[in-house]
Amino acid sequence: MPNRDPSRASSAPPRREGENNDPTIVVEGGLAKTNEPVSSAVAEPEATTRRHEPHEPPRQHLPAKLFEKRTKVHNKRVDGPFRRFKWFVMFVTLAIYYGTPWIRWDRGPYAPDQAVLIDLANRRFYMFGIEIWPHEFYYVAGLLIMAALGLFLVTSAVGRAWCGYACPQTVWTDLFQHVDRFVDGDRNARIKLDAAPLGPKKLGKRAFKYTIYLIIAFWTGGAWIMYFADAPTLVRDFWAGEAAPAAYITVAILTLTTFTLGGFMREQVCIYMCPWPRIQTAMMDEKSLLVTYKDWRGEPRGSVKKAKSEPEKFGDCIDCLQCVAVCPTGIDIREGPQVGCITCALCIDACDKVMAEIGRPRGLIDYATLDDCKKEANGEATRPPWKALLRPRTVAYFLIWGSIGFAMLFALGVRSHVGLSVTPDRNPPYILMSDGSVRNSYTLKLRNMESRPRDMEIALQGLPDAVMWIDTTGRDGAARKQIKTVPADQVLAVRAYVIAPPGTDTDDFSFRLTSRDEQKESVETKARFDTPKVGE
Amino acid sequence: MVNKRIDGPTGTETVGHEWDGIEELDTPMPRWWLWTLYLTIVWGIVYVILYPAWPLVDKATEGMLGWSSRGELAKEMSVVDQGRVTMREELSRIPIERLPENSKMFTQAVAGGRSAFQVHCSQCHGSGAAGSQTLGYPNLNDDDWLWGGDIKAIEYTLINGIRAPGVEKTRASIMPPFDGVFEPVQLEALVNHVLSLSGRGSRNALGAQTFQDNCSVCHGTGGEGKRELGAPRLNDAIWLYGSSREQLRNQILKPKMGRMPHWGDRLDPVTIKMLSAYVWSLGGGEEFVEVAADSAVKVDAEP
Repeated sequence: MPNRDPSRASSAPPRREGENNDPTIVVEGGLAKTNEPVSSAVAEPEATTRRHEPHEPPRQHLPAKLFEKRTKVHNKRVDGPFRRFKWFVMFVTLAIYYGTPWIRWDRGPYAPDQAVLIDLANRRFYMFGIEIWPHEFYYVAGLLIMAALGLFLVTSAVGRAWCGYACPQTVWTDLFQHVDRFVDGDRNARIKLDAAPLGPKKLGKRAFKYTIYLIIAFWTGGAWIMYFADAPTLVRDFWAGEAAPAAYITVAILTLTTFTLGGFMREQVCIYMCPWPRIQTAMMDEKSLLVTYKDWRGEPRGSVKKAKSEPEKFGDCIDCLQCVAVCPTGIDIREGPQVGCITCALCIDACDKVMAEIGRPRGLIDYATLDDCKKEANGEATRPPWKALLRPRTVAYFLIWGSIGFAMLFALGVRSHVGLSVTPDRNPPYILMSDGSVRNSYTLKLRNMESRPRDMEIALQGLPDAVMWIDTTGRDGAARKQIKTVPADQVLAVRAYVIAPPGTDTDDFSFRLTSRDEQKESVETKARFDTPKVGE
Repeated sequence: MVNKRIDGPTGTETVGHEWDGIEELDTPMPRWWLWTLYLTIVWGIVYVILYPAWPLVDKATEGMLGWSSRGELAKEMSVVDQGRVTMREELSRIPIERLPENSKMFTQAVAGGRSAFQVHCSQCHGSGAAGSQTLGYPNLNDDDWLWGGDIKAIEYTLINGIRAPGVEKTRASIMPPFDGVFEPVQLEALVNHVLSLSGRGSRNALGAQTFQDNCSVCHGTGGEGKRELGAPRLNDAIWLYGSSREQLRNQILKPKMGRMPHWGDRLDPVTIKMLSAYVWSLGGGEEFVEVAADSAVKVDAEP
């Protein structure tokens, strides 16, 4: 793609109609308009504004090919503060992903000792000290809401930082690009090897590289299933061929996706497949930090030699293309903000290094907000980038995000670990006993959310003359209270028979379930006692 | 057809039509799409050969694999049956009176009995086993048993039925019809006396005398009933055929007597065991007493 000159369109003085020979510029009502991409940070703000005004685009011949073939990205090695930060994030995220299932967490003899476990078979979700039951799935929904809000927060503050550093696609692409570099050498060596005919040396290198790809991919797929079962047991079962078919299928699918998405599709996933860049575009505003080429400082480009002979004619950019060479998505940041830019800031590292070598100030490419770009271009004072983070929108996002988190932690902290649901028998609703008393039957479900068996007391509240018995006591053991041991971490179904003397009216009452331990957790559930006699 | 030409920018042939300057490209199908189409055709042919496909008059072509959905169902059912074999075997070995002590087997038996009950028993006794007073089907949830409410007695009733014709060991008894035996005054007195047994009618000498002479042999002097004869208790709150004076009068003059089929020939012993456990578990089941005082249990002990 030819380098376009952003200053040409924006700084072109209004020309008279008829004078226009440049097909990319239309002159309407004395104003020059263009369809060409223009940097948003141009020196003349009106020009950028006018470019969105409705006008007929110039007639032009379509390119011969509507499909743009992918040119393989061979990004060059670079070092600098952002690269080091990217290394750090990569190690942390990969360590979390691969390592988390192996963290142990003692929950006593009745519960798994894996710190993070999604136990689908038993319908439990363990996360360190938190255990979530299926009926509490709203906590997971809350977690997802927090994740979404977190992305909003990050996006409005630092643009596509998620894309640039922490997104799995980015992390694994980065990892695979390091593998490329390790096996085939840096940018130039890789371009050369790609162009070389397939010989034994290239074949060997390719085989070696794809083997490493496969190992990483398999390890990634394998780590995924560890979250769903006890990790050490699963590893043993997996290699012994005794794991569930779902485990093998999942590993196979994830190996395949990691291999193709990380090894081959890479930046195409970000540019063509992922919806997030599009959503993010709507979330960023002129106060969001993004990686920007400061074209008012860099343009027009010229080599060091040319700039030396005519210093006032050329900008700071020496057109060394280092920013393009290091880009993991293969874009030219100097064309302005674009969907292909994941704001990984590696071009900042590359440019800063070049600027230091030729003795010009750093930050020709830098994190900046559009607001600051305009100010800086007009020669006004700007704020340091970190100050751009503190503004009402990010603060509001942060407060919402934080309060949801606190609310969930609070709810988790005070939630009851016992539960009682009552299902009355509806057919028949009541039973007349031979002595004239009336019996109602109920199915009680006692829930014990602690990971130890607990004795629980079921008591009648209301119905002063009634007694009850449960399936294990029989009628001889009828009393106002019954005691039942509920196994650890389970729901126990108990049949309860409540019997009331002749003449009792239909009445509401409730069952109270109390744990007989130091916690004395208690829960009450309403029920109805039906009799042939309907109370007033 | 006439104006076919190669379109410059795309290099594709047009279909030859033109509408107000708009032309349509004859873009070929993507190759992967075409190959998918061919693949589905091959798949279709293979499927027709291997599986039932063409509908004929009374059935479809069979296919080389011999697969059928009925066969599949039979296979799945047999797998389920296989899974139950151990449970059923174990259940068949446990003596019925020991079953309630074995809580795991008892739970299994009750669950199996519940579904068997819905198939075989709910037609008369109702899906909640509550019976029907108007039709005279007893409620099985309560603690009033005509012929005995321990688990073994229930099993005996299930096997042999009640007043089942042609069954030797069936539970049988007859309440004689007293139509034309009593004077109206005497009948009213008797009805009053029967009601008084459960504390509702007025006690009177004539009624007591009539009851003593005609009814006490089976129903007992105090109306406590006699299970070996299936004679109902008259001194309790439960009335199988209704407790109004009219209903009592009818029952004395033209008594209704319930019947129940014997299931010993129709159901296997394990299913009957499970049904007994279910009925016993409904809330009115009585403890089985090993050495029973009355002869009814001795009869029960035989099968």
